[in-house]
Amino acid sequence: MTVPSDTPETITRSGEWWAGARALAPMLLGVMPFGLIYGVLAVNAGMPAWLACAMSAIVFGGASQMILTQLWAAGTPALVVAFTVAMVNLRHALYSATIAASMAPLPRRWKALIAYLLTDEAFAAMTRRLGDSGPRARYRHWFYFGAGFSLWASWQVSTLAGVLVGAQVPHDWPLDFFLPLTFIGIIVPNLKHRSQIAAALVATALAVVCFAMPHKLGIMVAALGGIAAGMLLRGRDRDGTGRSAVGPSRQSDGKEHAA
Amino acid sequence: MSQMTLLWVFIGAGLATFLIRLSFIAVEGRVRLPAWFRTALQFVPAAMLSALIAPDLLMRDGALYLSPYNARLLAGLVAIVIAARTRSVGWTIAGGMAALIALETLI
Repeated sequence: MTVPSDTPETITRSGEWWAGARALAPMLLGVMPFGLIYGVLAVNAGMPAWLACAMSAIVFGGASQMILTQLWAAGTPALVVAFTVAMVNLRHALYSATIAASMAPLPRRWKALIAYLLTDEAFAAMTRRLGDSGPRARYRHWFYFGAGFSLWASWQVSTLAGVLVGAQVPHDWPLDFFLPLTFIGIIVPNLKHRSQIAAALVATALAVVCFAMPHKLGIMVAALGGIAAGMLLRGRDRDGTGRSAVGPSRQSDGKEHAA
Repeated sequence: MSQMTLLWVFIGAGLATFLIRLSFIAVEGRVRLPAWFRTALQFVPAAMLSALIAPDLLMRDGALYLSPYNARLLAGLVAIVIAARTRSVGWTIAGGMAALIALETLI
């Protein structure tokens, strides 16, 4: 009835930790260069090296760190910067919702630890244990921890490497283009429903139209407009496909996402 | 903004990010969030990230720049095709960057 390798005795905390780290390992190919690029960008934008590294530890979210750097370099007011970063990371609420049930019995410090480590890639790795109800579920949080921690450590190391090389990279290289390319790589594979395409297109159009608004508030208007457009369209074609768009769409299959 | 202010921005943004990641994990089993809110959440990535990059690709000096000479727009379109085909962030970045450098040399 039980598979020998799955008996409760052979499943240990450290075993699960390493299994999590191994599940994450292939994604490091995408994360390490990304961290390097972030470090180079930050230093070239004029940010002191220690602050660039501090951001990686405090904010810990690749795409949002790039945006923060860009807005800061453009002289955007502090509150608008912080709010935009939070909006960029709002997608993580979806991941939180997805793993919440599996975390319910754990003590608070575990919930806080896993929440801090909950990035795109870590979530993708965590989904491997999500549906597990067998003996493995007992140490599932160690699997989460192993996946999250190895991503965290790699992110700090690659940021540091980027900060160190940063000064040597010529300023006329089109480094800032890495940001739109990264976002395209994250968005496009997940545009599976008409409603999601509508959300992206409406947000794009509004961002251009509202560009001149003060404090970069046009970004907020555009994002909210895109969300509204998506919800409207989804409401329309919900009949029969009611559950089609619910939940974290395809984020779960080990694609390279931004940290 | 001063270095101290920037550090406060990190702390504010970091705390907000942490609370977003903790949100559902913390309230699981205690609070039921409205369905419309969960629906709205799934459109956040596409809308937010599109809004952030649209000006980079479609504008120059604060004005709409739709032209065959707009190398960033063309390279962005190449990247969109690559992203749709390969579903890989790595290939999207590599291909888009190669396209931009090639176009800037040509134009």
